[in-house]
Parts: sequence; structure tokens; C-alpha cells
Amino acid sequence: MSLLSVNDLTVTYKTQAGDVPAVRGIDLQLERGEVLGLAGESGCGKSTIAGALLRLLPIGTAVTGEVLLDGENVLEMTPGRLRAVRWSEASIIFQGAMHALNPVQRIGDQIAEPIILHGQAGEREARVRAGELLEQVGLPSRRLMDYPHELSGGQRQRVMIAMALACSPSFIIADEPTTALDVMVQAQVLRLLKELQKELGLAMIFITHDLSVLVETCDKLAIMYAGRIIETGPAEEVFKASAHPYTKALAAAFPEIGDARFRKHPSGLPGDPPYPGDLPGGCTFHPRCPSVFEPCSTVDPHLFDVSPGRRAACLLVEGALAAAQAATPSTPDLPKENG
Amino acid sequence: MSTRRYLISKILQALLTLAFVLAFNFFLFRGLGNPVELQSRGHGAMTAAAIQEENHVLGLDLPLPQQFLHYVKETVTGHLGFTLGGTPVTEEIGVRVWPTVLLIGTSTIASIALGVYIGIVQGWRRGSKFDKSMLGVTLVLYAMPEFWFGLLMIMLFSVTLNIFPSGGMQTTATDLHGMTLWLDIGKHLALPFFVLTVSYLAEYSIIMRSSLMEVLTEDFIATARAKGVREKLVRRRHAVPNALLPTMTITILSLGYVLGGAIVIETIFSWPGLGALTYLGITERDNALLQGLFLIFSAAVIVSNVVADLLYSYLDPRVRAA
Amino acid sequence: MSTIIVPPTPKAIARRRRKDSLLRIWNQYRRSPMGMIGLVVLIFFVLVAIFGPLMASHCDLSPLCHPTNMPIQPPSGKFWFGTDYQARSVLSLTIWGTRISLIVGLAATLITVVIGAGLGLIAGYYGGWTEIILMRLTDWFLVIPFLPLAIVLSIILKPSLYTVIFVIGVTSWPSTARVIRAQVLSVKTRTYVERARALGAGDWHMMTRHILPNVGPLIFANTILIVAVAILSEAVLSFLSLGPDPINNVSWGTILESAFGHGAAYSGYWWWIVAPGTAIVLLVLAFTMIGYALDDILNPKLRSR
Repeated sequence: MSLLSVNDLTVTYKTQAGDVPAVRGIDLQLERGEVLGLAGESGCGKSTIAGALLRLLPIGTAVTGEVLLDGENVLEMTPGRLRAVRWSEASIIFQGAMHALNPVQRIGDQIAEPIILHGQAGEREARVRAGELLEQVGLPSRRLMDYPHELSGGQRQRVMIAMALACSPSFIIADEPTTALDVMVQAQVLRLLKELQKELGLAMIFITHDLSVLVETCDKLAIMYAGRIIETGPAEEVFKASAHPYTKALAAAFPEIGDARFRKHPSGLPGDPPYPGDLPGGCTFHPRCPSVFEPCSTVDPHLFDVSPGRRAACLLVEGALAAAQAATPSTPDLPKENG
Repeated sequence: MSTRRYLISKILQALLTLAFVLAFNFFLFRGLGNPVELQSRGHGAMTAAAIQEENHVLGLDLPLPQQFLHYVKETVTGHLGFTLGGTPVTEEIGVRVWPTVLLIGTSTIASIALGVYIGIVQGWRRGSKFDKSMLGVTLVLYAMPEFWFGLLMIMLFSVTLNIFPSGGMQTTATDLHGMTLWLDIGKHLALPFFVLTVSYLAEYSIIMRSSLMEVLTEDFIATARAKGVREKLVRRRHAVPNALLPTMTITILSLGYVLGGAIVIETIFSWPGLGALTYLGITERDNALLQGLFLIFSAAVIVSNVVADLLYSYLDPRVRAA
Repeated sequence: MSTIIVPPTPKAIARRRRKDSLLRIWNQYRRSPMGMIGLVVLIFFVLVAIFGPLMASHCDLSPLCHPTNMPIQPPSGKFWFGTDYQARSVLSLTIWGTRISLIVGLAATLITVVIGAGLGLIAGYYGGWTEIILMRLTDWFLVIPFLPLAIVLSIILKPSLYTVIFVIGVTSWPSTARVIRAQVLSVKTRTYVERARALGAGDWHMMTRHILPNVGPLIFANTILIVAVAILSEAVLSFLSLGPDPINNVSWGTILESAFGHGAAYSGYWWWIVAPGTAIVLLVLAFTMIGYALDDILNPKLRSR
């Protein structure tokens, strides 16, 4: 049985302007010790997935589907069971640890808090354990007494990692853990994550918009666009031999972290990612696709096997067009004006 | 350590502000004209020679800068002049300080405590029926002048229902001691206390509410929930301590208004404090008294600001490091 | 076709754009129930102020005019709000009081906004020492408690209608100055402002043409709320007999002052207290609701959310 099995997860935010479908039916599979990379531009829904897995989304958000953690559906857990599962089975490392840590609480207390709450240790032992965790991420244990503002960005991120490991979870969701950091610090933090993952045999979901980072650290990749997964497969294959034009563009870009140019146009792709409340018809990527052809504006492709273990949602994939047309009724073909 | 440096800088700033207030006070009242002449005009004509004599005694025939220094010296040593009735201003003020401290002290604490609590409940469940109705109540309370509210309460509770006395601090012509004395004072304190508390708690609740709403959007709240912390604990340990910080700063600024409220409320309820004394000074046009009171009020606000700043630095570790 | 189409001048374009945005704001405002109720109530009071003399003759304010009236009467068919100690109709008093309360509120606010926005603009725009000094001055003023200061100023300047307006105007500007300065600071860093400067725009031009139009809406929303506070301030000052002369310039505060002075609360003359007080509450509520509704629409911080 997989450690994590997500089936047809859909997340719709309720806003004043109406319903916003941030995630539109995704499937994920994660085995023990496996590292899955989730990539895509801002607004594609990847951070929403991170929140959805542990039911951390705002009240009123509509979440459907299944999130099976060791066979148990997180979405149907009682609040008590949910709280027990949180952090002890799966924890999260948020991005921009600047605001992810309580500014008025010492970091030692913050790391020890989940340990005590989950009944894994008393106060004193929890404090000791927190110190050990700090050492494990490369910080001196005396920093337990510090407040978040007394640490640098990179140090805070390490604290987040230490905190995530506090209850020895089976897997960690890392939501853009390096995005807000300098390049040098980024490399350090990434190395740390990789070491810890190997050492502790953790499963990880690594969320970022930087594809190049994922290739080094992940076993398999899932690329997201406009709330859907549009390509999956072994990391290197997806990166080097992408099946979906979007993946190709992402891979070709090697975007610089923090460079505003690349946030919206990772490869000089024209246009912006679509607003989730206002999606184009047919393939949602078609307005920006360099390889767009006729059916793209009317037929919505689903994930289709490219090869064993590789899937992509693109009509260019052999057999995909036929499968998509057979599966969903498309709008009648308009008379062709140009050949 | 940094806390001491912070403390010292705040005290220095306060002293500077006080100095400005002194100067302001001095030059403002000089604008009224020579106090001796004013007094002679009002309360009994004095001969030219007597005026000159008085001027010399009070040091009013000295050049202005020297007058100012004289004024500062007198003030700092506790001599604030004499009221129209001839008693030292300091003495009059001294007698009335305690009732005012009792009234303002208790009502401010109650007001802040209740206001913050209501604000937390509102902010935590934004949009709930309680939240919406409290917003409406707050809006109306805001629009009500405190003195009018006070008058209404007198009419309702004192006159109609006859539960509370309508004025004074103690029942007159009685000689009570110990517990019975305190109960009597308490009975007289109840209405003015109630009016002052309710008048200002609305404002504090609004501030706390919006502060809490802001904090709830921060990432560390999501982190806390993700760690499996129960909602009540998230609120108590993570949300509220952070939301209290900006609330405190804004609350500090309102203390000046509470003083204003005290002036009218004491007047209405004949509560024998500094506020009632101010009203006396107004009706009798007693400039020396008003000047002294203005100084005391300003000093009180400045001092409470420093105290509040200290409290803030205790709560927010980021400030201590600065 | 031979119609010559004259391209609109930049001024005309600007004018049309302004009209369009005003219309847009109005449409948004219309949808706010709070804003509309406030507006209706305000219009009601303005009408009362304007047409007051038609509803209650000036004679009603003079006790000599109606010697047959009985003093201190509870409401009846003849006197809807009863009479006061001089046998004047409290209703008439309240109607006439509308004028003064509105006039003081608006005039004092004008002074406040001119000083506050002016200082805020200058401080925010010029920065440096100017800003530091002005902000120190503002902070100092903020510390001084309002009512004691107003009392002292009123005594020195001898209480009257003009004194009240001046005193309120001159003591309320600090918070406006702060708000405006903060907004100016944020506008200052926008690119088009830098561009204008690069093109050689002078300070005055910058302030009036670029910064002011962007800060303007915020000033306006802020102003409405200040009027509410000014009306309350006048009520308090009048109540303490530091307001306008109650014989010629009746205001709601002066009515309450005479009510209090005659022990209305203790004697149960509730109409004398309830009528003018309710008027204050309603008018202040109106301005507050309008101010909040506008703030919701115009405040850039709230908009971007």
C-alpha cells in the first residue's frame, strides 16, 4: 500500500467574486522513502495541494476526493484523529520562514511544542530533543533560546526543517522551502534536505517552481498547470525528454530565483498563467502553447500514458487525441477556414 | 542591556515632551495677559501701586525669558500658583487626585480587558452573529457623547429605577468606616464607572478585532495548526499574543481621550475628582487652576505612555533587540 | 463622409476620466447599505438645517415670543419634544441646533484637513529634516490630551462660535497629518512619479498634479470621519459652556448644557435630554457610516486585498 495516495482531489475556494477552482481533480502516489517533486508557476495550485493534504485550507473551502494516508482518508478523519496525525505522520515546511514562525515565541519552544502535544515526551525531554534537532540541521543547540527575528533567513529555514522532523514523521511536504533565500543559502538548505531525507528514509513532496532544483532531489516529478497535473514520470526523463510543451518550456528556462522576469515568463512564454476563475476552453494551456494545433482549443486532454510510468496531458501524445475525444464530447468542429 | 537603553530613551523623550508642554503652557497663558491685572479686574480693583507690588512679588516685571525660568523653577518644585479662592493650586489638586485615579484606574482596566476580550471573540469568529451585532453596537456607542450616555444612565438607574445614587462619592452627612465605607463608595462609583467603561470598550474591541483578523492570515498560524495544535491553544498561544501588540500601541493613544471623558463624567456625577475641579475652573474662569490642571493632565498622559511603552517592550521581543 | 473629428485635448481626456471614475465610485457606493442609509440621514439633516427657519420660526427661540407657554413640559400634541426652562419648544431648539452643529462640524473639519493634509503632504513629499521636524511636532501634539487642551485654548480665546471652530480645527489635525503622510510616502515611490521628476517637474507641479490626486480620495474619506468627531467635540465643549453663545447660536451641545444646568437628569425631564442627544447620535452615525463606506471603496490598502 502506498504511503500517500491522492485520488481525484478537487479544491474550490469560495470568494466574494465566486467559486475559484484552484485544484481540479489530481491524483498522486507516494511510496515510503520516495521523493516527489511538484512543479509549476505561481497560481497553478501546488501550494493549495500542500494545504489540502492536511486539511489546512480556510473554512468553507470545498475539498472533494480522497487523501489516503496509510490507507486512512485524511478528509474524513475526526478532528481529534486529524490533530494526532498532523505532524506525527506528515509535517510541512512552509516557504518564507519569516512569517511561518511565531515572532513572540522562542524557537526552542516552537520546536518542542508538537513533541509535547503529541505526547512523545515531557517538557524537559522535549527541550533536549529540540536541541538535538537543531544540531541535526546544523545549528548550535544554544539557539533554542532565540527568537525568530534573531536568525537569518537561512537559519530560520533550518529551524523550520528541524521543527518538521520533531515528531519523526513518515513524510514531509516542503512547500517552496528555498524560494525566499539567497542562491548560496539555497544550495546549503537543499543539501541539508537531501541528506536528511536519505538518512531518515523520509518520503517527501517537494513543491517549487524551480524545475532544475527538483531534478537533483526527486525520484519522480509531477508538473502542474492551472490546477491540473499535466505531466508525470521519473524526474530525469520528465526534465530531459519532456512530453508536454509546458514542461519543455519550464525545463528550458532554468529560472533564477528571485528574478522577477522569470516569475511570469519562465521561458519567455507569452502571456500569464490563467486566473483559476476564468479558464480558457479546451486545453487550458493552448493560448500560450508554441505547439498548438487545431483541436487544442476545443478538446481538453487528460493524462495519457506516453510510456510505462510516464504520462502527459497533451493532444500531441500519440493516441491522446482519440482517447480524449472518445472520453468527453467536444464541441462540434467549426468549418475550417484555413488549412 | 538593550531594555535599559530602550527605557532610557523613552524616558528622555518623555522629559523632552514634558518640557515642551511646560513651555507651551507658559506662553499660552501669558497670551491671556498679565494675571494680576486680570484678577484685579475681576475680583476687586487694586490701586496701581498695589498692582505693581503684586507684579514684583510674582516676578511678573522681569523680562520674559526670566519669567519663564522662574515659572519652570516654581513648577518643578510643586508651586503651581493660587486659585481665585486663594488656596494653593497644588493643594486643590492633591485633594482630588485619589478619586480620579480610582475612577479612571478601574474603568480603564475594565474597559481594556472587556474590549480586548470582545474583540478576540469577534475577530476569531468574524462574520458571526455576535461579530455583526457587536459591530453595530460599537458603531452606535461611538456616536454617543459620553456625557449624554451618562445623563441617560442617571435618568434610568438613579431616577427611574433608583438603584444607584446620582452623584457624589459618598453618601453625605454620614460617618462610615471600613467595609461599609467601601461599599458606599462602591455604590457611588458604579454608574460613572459603568459609563466610562462602556464608552471606551467599543473602540478597544474594534482595534483588537482587526488586529486578530490580520494575524490569522499569517503563516505561523497555519504552521501551528499543522503541528496539531488545538484551536483554543492556537488562539491563546499564537494568535492573541501577536494580535495584542499593535492593539497596545493604539490603545496607548486613546488614554488622552479617557481623560477627556473623565472630565465630563465627573462633572455629571459630581464625582469629586480632577475632572470636576476642571469644571469648577471653567465656570469660575480660574486661569491658574486650569493651567495647573492642564499640566497635570498632560504629564499623566506622558507618563502613562512611557509605562505603556515599557509594557510593550516586555511583550514584544523584537522591540527589545532594537 | 466629411465630418472632421477633433482629437480631444489632454484636459478633456483628464476630465472625462475623472468623471468616469467618479461614476464608478458612485455605483460602488450605491451598493453599500451602510453608505446609503448614512447618506439619506445626512441629507435629512442638511434639509432640516437649510429649511429650519420655515419649520420653526426664530421667534421660537426667544422666550418672549410665547408668554403663554409653560416651561419644562413633557412632550404633548402641541410640543412634540416638550419645552425647556424658558418654555421654548425643544423641537424648535433641536431644529435650529442642526445648523450650528453642522456648521461647526464642517468648518472645523476644513481647518483640520487643510492643516493636517497640508503638513502631511509637505512632510511626506520633502522628507529629510522637514519631515522629521513636522512629525515630531505631530507626535507631540498627539500626546497632549484633547479636551484639556481644547478647554485651555477656549478659555484663552474667550468662548464663542468662532473660538469653538478654531479650537477644534487646530487640535484635530495630527491624526490626519499622519495618515496623509503615510499615503504620500507610498505614492512617492511609484514609477510615474519618478518619471515626472525625470522630466523635470517642479515640486508644486508634482504635489498638485501627481501626488494630490492620488492622495485626494483618502483625504476625502478621512475628512468625513473627522466631521463626525468634530460634531462630537463641539457637543462636549458646548456642554462645558465653552461653546457658542447659547442665546443666539443654539447648538445641540448648548441645549444639553442648559438641561444639565437645570438638573434635567435628576428631575426626570427626559425629553430635554433625549431629543438633542439623539440628534447628535444620528448625525454622527450618518457621517461615520458614509466615511466607512467610502473608506472601503477608496482605501488602496483595502482594495488590494
